Amino acid sequence: MKKTQNVTIKGTKDGLTLHLDDTCSYTELKNELDRKLSNSSRVQEEAKLLSVKVKVGNRYLSEEQKEELRDLIRQKRNLIVEEIETNVLTKEEAERLKQEGEIVSIARIIRSGQVVEVTGDLLLIGDVNPGGTVKASGNIFIMGSLKGIAHAGCTGNDQAVIAASVMKPSQLRISECINRAPDQGTEEDDKVMECAYISEDRQILVDRLQVLIKKRPNLTRFEGGR
Amino acid sequence: MGEAIVITSGKGGVGKTTTSANIGTALALQGKRVCLVDTDIGLRNLDVVMGLENRIIYDLVDVIQGRCKIHQALVKDKRFEDKLYLLPAAQTTDKTAVEPEQMKELINNLKQDYDYIIIDCPAGIEQGYKNAIAGADKAIVVTTPEVSAVRDADRIIGLLEKEEGIEPPKLVINRIRSHMMNSGDMLDVDEVTTHLSIDLIGIVADDDEVIKASNHGEPIALNPNSKASIAYRNIARRILGESVPLQQLDKEDKGVFSRIKRLFGVK
Repeated sequence: MKKTQNVTIKGTKDGLTLHLDDTCSYTELKNELDRKLSNSSRVQEEAKLLSVKVKVGNRYLSEEQKEELRDLIRQKRNLIVEEIETNVLTKEEAERLKQEGEIVSIARIIRSGQVVEVTGDLLLIGDVNPGGTVKASGNIFIMGSLKGIAHAGCTGNDQAVIAASVMKPSQLRISECINRAPDQGTEEDDKVMECAYISEDRQILVDRLQVLIKKRPNLTRFEGGR
Repeated sequence: MGEAIVITSGKGGVGKTTTSANIGTALALQGKRVCLVDTDIGLRNLDVVMGLENRIIYDLVDVIQGRCKIHQALVKDKRFEDKLYLLPAAQTTDKTAVEPEQMKELINNLKQDYDYIIIDCPAGIEQGYKNAIAGADKAIVVTTPEVSAVRDADRIIGLLEKEEGIEPPKLVINRIRSHMMNSGDMLDVDEVTTHLSIDLIGIVADDDEVIKASNHGEPIALNPNSKASIAYRNIARRILGESVPLQQLDKEDKGVFSRIKRLFGVK
């Protein structure tokens, strides 16, 4: 009986996909991939680089192994690996993802000199006083007044937002962008219920809270219902 | 068993020493046994404000390093019969001469004999501050209605909240100039209190008499007619658990013109 294939190549309208079986051993897989790519080389020297997706199913690949597969595919053909997709997550990754998805609520006043940093979204019940700093890898929601520094998406998430009941920050930071309060504070301005986000031209904009509904629809996590 | 209250502010020059002296005096006037402790080693002032400078024989560092007994170093204030004592700071050394643990032990010893220990804290958040708060049960934060003082008060409150064994601090707003507050050139009492969001225990108006009295070594709290004196006495009564309404600040302009206007019902 003929052995089932461990490597199958499929063409879709989005490009090539390499399906790698997840039941065989890694060396077996590597050898077969090597063979297959060499065999089927209807060499088109002039052909431009083609990107492929690699799907490995329920196989966990370490970073070294991923690199090895990338090299292998790259060497054999005019192929370049766009992404490696796996169904498997390490425990650490899963925990990190879970943390990042959580909303951490804190009820206290962040005073001058204090720094609070959380993974995930921050829900602060209280104020951030001048000189105080809050940081979150996700969004920051402040029920009180923000008069200090807030840094949302501090691990590099451009989609993160900052919202506050009273928005009078000394500095706003989202991902890599920084914005500070004007030197001449306009005292009369209503700074109630506002939000900050990164606009298309990579500037931090401050606007009414309601614009987030359009700008960041992903903030809604509620599913179902009416 | 008494209670130790540290008077602190973060920023210098907002009136910690004056407040310490006057709260101590006012508590003594209420018949409590009070011991003032100056922890501003190297820059002692409390003795001068109390007018006790000439009677210092030993100081806080002498006690801690075992060169004398506590009672030898305590300076008795003769204006109060056996009610008010001062433990002066040393002038010849600096704040590193004392460790927080030693201060704690000292304050605990004093608590056996006195109803209230008022600890005058030095400015800053370094060693001197750490020594001052080591033995305290309660804290009073002094600020003036200035942005910089409020900023430092905020910092200090943050640090005090982290300390275990100290109750949430209370706030004294000192040097209030009512005309500036009314004109909006100075933060007003409400602004400061909401910003710092801790309980207000007293407000003290800016009064030339306070400086005059301090220069004479007589705390203003001894003079029953001054507004600042009443403010300090009120703070003392609130420490004792009485509920005293806040002092009314001068709301109206005292000018002749406005009085005439008021007479005619213009405003």
